[in-house]
Amino acid sequence: MTVGWPILSAIIFLPVLGALFILAIRGEDEIAIRNARYVALWTTVITFLLSLVIWVEFDPTTHHFQFEEKRDWLGGSISYHLGVDGISMLFVILTTFLMPICVLASWKSVNSRVKEFMIAFLVLETLMIGVFCALDLVVFYLFFEGGLIPMFLIIGIWGGERRVYASFKFFLYTLLGSVLMLLAIMAMYWEAGTTDISLLLDYNFPASMQTWLWLAFFASFAVKLPMWPVHTWLPDAHVEAPTAGSVVLAAVLLKMGGYGFLRFSIPMFPLASEQFTPLIFVLSIIAIIYTSLVALAQEDMKKLIAYSSIAHMGFVTMGIFTLTTQGLEGGIFQMLSHGIVSAALFLCVGVIYDRMHTRQIDAYGGLVNRMPLYAFCFMVFTLANVGLPGTSGFIGEILTLIGAFRVNTWVAFFATTGVILSAAYALRLYRRVIFGVLEKPELKAILDLEAREVAIMAPLVILTILFGIYPAPLLDVIAVSADHLIQNYEAALAAAGQAHLALAQ
Amino acid sequence: MYQTIVFLPLAGAIIAGFFGRAIGARASAILTTTFVLISAVLSWVAFYQVGIGEQETRVELARWITSGEMQVSWALRIDTLTVVMFVVVNFISGLVHLYSIGYMAHDPYRPRFFAYLSLFTFAMLMLVSADNFLQMFFGWEGVGLMSYLLIGFWYHKPEANAAAIKAFVVNRVGDFGFALGIFAIFYIFGAIEFDTVFAAAPDQVGKTFTFLNWEFDVLTTICLLLFMGAMGKSAQFLLHTWLPDAMEGPTPVSALIHAATMVTAGVFMVARLSPLFEYSPTALGVVTFVGATTAFFAATVGLVQNDIKRVVAYSTCSQLGYMFVALGVGAYGVAIFHLFTHAFFKALLFLGSGSVIHALNDEQDMRRMGGIYKKLPLTWIVMLAGTLALTGFPLTAGYFSKDAIIEAAFAAHSGVSMYAFIMTAAAALLTAFYSWRLIFMTFHGQTRLSPDDLGHAHESPMVMLIPLFLLALGALVAGFVFKGVFIGEAQEAFWRGALFTLASNNIVADIHHVPSWVVAAPVVMMVSGFLVAWLFYLYIPKAPGNLADAFRPLYLFLLNKWYFDELYDWLFVRPAHRIGRILWKTGDGAIIDGLGPDGIAARVIDITARAVRLQSGYVYHYAFAMLIGVALLATYFMFAAGGIL
Repeated sequence: MTVGWPILSAIIFLPVLGALFILAIRGEDEIAIRNARYVALWTTVITFLLSLVIWVEFDPTTHHFQFEEKRDWLGGSISYHLGVDGISMLFVILTTFLMPICVLASWKSVNSRVKEFMIAFLVLETLMIGVFCALDLVVFYLFFEGGLIPMFLIIGIWGGERRVYASFKFFLYTLLGSVLMLLAIMAMYWEAGTTDISLLLDYNFPASMQTWLWLAFFASFAVKLPMWPVHTWLPDAHVEAPTAGSVVLAAVLLKMGGYGFLRFSIPMFPLASEQFTPLIFVLSIIAIIYTSLVALAQEDMKKLIAYSSIAHMGFVTMGIFTLTTQGLEGGIFQMLSHGIVSAALFLCVGVIYDRMHTRQIDAYGGLVNRMPLYAFCFMVFTLANVGLPGTSGFIGEILTLIGAFRVNTWVAFFATTGVILSAAYALRLYRRVIFGVLEKPELKAILDLEAREVAIMAPLVILTILFGIYPAPLLDVIAVSADHLIQNYEAALAAAGQAHLALAQ
Repeated sequence: MYQTIVFLPLAGAIIAGFFGRAIGARASAILTTTFVLISAVLSWVAFYQVGIGEQETRVELARWITSGEMQVSWALRIDTLTVVMFVVVNFISGLVHLYSIGYMAHDPYRPRFFAYLSLFTFAMLMLVSADNFLQMFFGWEGVGLMSYLLIGFWYHKPEANAAAIKAFVVNRVGDFGFALGIFAIFYIFGAIEFDTVFAAAPDQVGKTFTFLNWEFDVLTTICLLLFMGAMGKSAQFLLHTWLPDAMEGPTPVSALIHAATMVTAGVFMVARLSPLFEYSPTALGVVTFVGATTAFFAATVGLVQNDIKRVVAYSTCSQLGYMFVALGVGAYGVAIFHLFTHAFFKALLFLGSGSVIHALNDEQDMRRMGGIYKKLPLTWIVMLAGTLALTGFPLTAGYFSKDAIIEAAFAAHSGVSMYAFIMTAAAALLTAFYSWRLIFMTFHGQTRLSPDDLGHAHESPMVMLIPLFLLALGALVAGFVFKGVFIGEAQEAFWRGALFTLASNNIVADIHHVPSWVVAAPVVMMVSGFLVAWLFYLYIPKAPGNLADAFRPLYLFLLNKWYFDELYDWLFVRPAHRIGRILWKTGDGAIIDGLGPDGIAARVIDITARAVRLQSGYVYHYAFAMLIGVALLATYFMFAAGGIL
């Protein structure tokens, strides 16, 4: 399906246009700041509405890339090639959907350098959408690594006390991954003579090379996702980031790792993927159990949610690498669902952080007495985090587990213990913040959600429940592309097996 | 009609929940109560149509999860088992709603309370009308959630919050098994609709599959995994610890959720899955064993509890054990029959206790009651009716259903069923003792209330008494009236396909051929229990204290519920927290960060201290490094394209 004009480019670069507008706003007074906020809001809203066109026009019956755009660039060997398929399209929507919410969430909490903040955010949006649309390795790399710069700025300038430490940690981890990925990209070009992803998907890399390429990409994606044991940057980054930064980090940036596995590791290096599947399973299970237990011991709300994010990403990697229909679709669904739910949880923390300026669990208690609406929203997201049936969190979890059971019962067995642990830490958090007697004097005058905050929460609550009861709109989009991925993977393995046999004879 | 039965409570919950403040507490209460009562009336109609009129059907509602071969729909499965549960759930729920109008009259959060009750009812209806395993799981977790919210309804009480979380987490331990069972079902059968799975079950008899590197019998493994879920929900031995604590919730909640409906979900599940369990004698043996153990264990603990609600809670636990014994010996109809009658008399006992608690200003300790039957004559009478039914007094409801279980255990003639027979018969004695102990301590003997409190004690309002009367009526006659269709001559025509039994399973018929001493045994037990209780609490009131002193260790062992809470705390709860801390501080902090970023950082700082100091900006470092990278890359490609390299 195509439309007559380059819609993906329009969606990608619209936010930059908005950023330019903000740049053009003169002055530092109240009016200028207000204008900057409104420009950012309208830009993100229009981008979101425009992105809905892709969803409406999307043809779920084909696995081919849609809305393709291709222009030669840099002497012809690299092309500016864009397109989406069932795997990437929804991530674009997720990104554009969350951005207006982020802008609204920063409406009052960001008061210094507002213009710069909004510009950073809009540039970040461009780069994130670009990652999911890019069909050329170099273009992908530019977007993928470029997105870190505004994120660094957001944490480094508008972050908390230990922001330098946090961004430094982030830097060290990501640098390692991206250097290796860059090397891998060069090697791939060397071998295949192209950086066009749609061509590389059909290229058969030699088995020995696949291993190294896979590992290089893995280094980058594992950090990004993050997988145990390269996860420790995440809790720190979350704690220091402003609310909107945490939202984007948890909801979109983490997903790039999972997306990378789906777009590169599995289809391009199927033999290596098969070889390393046990490794992924082990790391996923450790992530699920280990980080859930760590979450149980947290005293900082954001850290707790950050650790629970890592556990949920464990379900994603486990599901994807089962290479079964349920596991793969569940993994993608889990990423989308986590995008909504973790974003919402961080927003919930932001709501009370804005009021009390602390994230310590002990500083709260009994909020339900003064904030019933807030308590309701927080409850819905907590339950989705726990994976309660009827929320979107359930669908992803159950599908990945079903997929895992078909492949390896041990994996499913251990991963299912996450079901018990998540209930323990999530309900503990909820109880200590929301329930109980409201006795701390500084909480006595705390106010419930205001209209702006309701406008942020309402769509998230609705989607969390809607996709739990009726996940078809998402699963239908994913289905054909996911099946295609599995078929190609199995065909590649079969071909390699035959070649092996032929060689033996 | 079936959609109306299921979704009317949901509509009530939504209205009361979201617009409760707008329409007011009274309107919320009346609206939800009316909706559920309408559902209850329709449920009786459905009971007649399906049970007697033989009109099974399946109502497809919508698509749920579609993923490859996995196609799950929202659908209502309407057969005899479903409509029996419809009646139990909606009838009890309607009465509990009505009762709560009086009981909760002074609570400022009534709209929320009624919204929860109605939402619970909806979830329970979804559970019992589920057409596939996943929808059942939806209802299963839904009732668990509502149980959590209702136990913690008085959120200012720390014990209530702790109990709520405990209930949810312990149930999740059971759900761990349930979930694995569902995965195994899909793995083996490639589907999770009941009809498909049931039809394919006979082919799996005797087959094995690899589970955790071990060759296991397919059906036995699946059944035992699923049964783990049932043990959690129905508070069976080892996973029972949450139920007594759940009494922190308001009493109507205890009556509805923790006596009549939710806790019986495990029993319902095994009955629903009889086409699977029936093919696995091993699994049925385990069910029998667990049920019998629970029946006895919970009864022993019930002997010495002093909180009126906890006595009834342990009694519930024990009676659920009876139901599992019936299931385990293959007498599914008998189990459901006991579930049905138990719902009446146990809800009655809870609501009656609530009436006492209400009258005595929220006093729950029986040591501070006594001699109030003249003050609360109507409550006293209905409590007597409930106690007679529970202990199995001839011709009351329990007489037909509970005694049938004891006889079925005898008639099954296997090792484990003999164990079950002994345990359930012994438990019958204990049941009679603690039930009458409750009545005597609460209503009879010297009053231990202060004169002031005694003066304030008052009979409950009509809105609370009417449900009690209706339940008392059910407790007295439900067994007699429904015996024929549930377990009598008409049973096969009544259940038809809803409960599956192998051709070799004649247990329901065999019940009628047990020796007469077996038939008499429960009655003897009941009378003995009554006499001992009378002796201890009315005739020689000092006896219990002396006995407790004489057998102090045993007394403490029972009073502390066999020390299960302490054991689990020591075995699971504390280690989990401790390990979490260690992993965090040592694993993440010292090892990963220490060897990784922090260690490297320390080195880097050493180096940069000597080098040029840029403004605190790692960001710029990074941007710079990336820029160089991109530049190199671009150069490389341009040269490559030009064919120079």
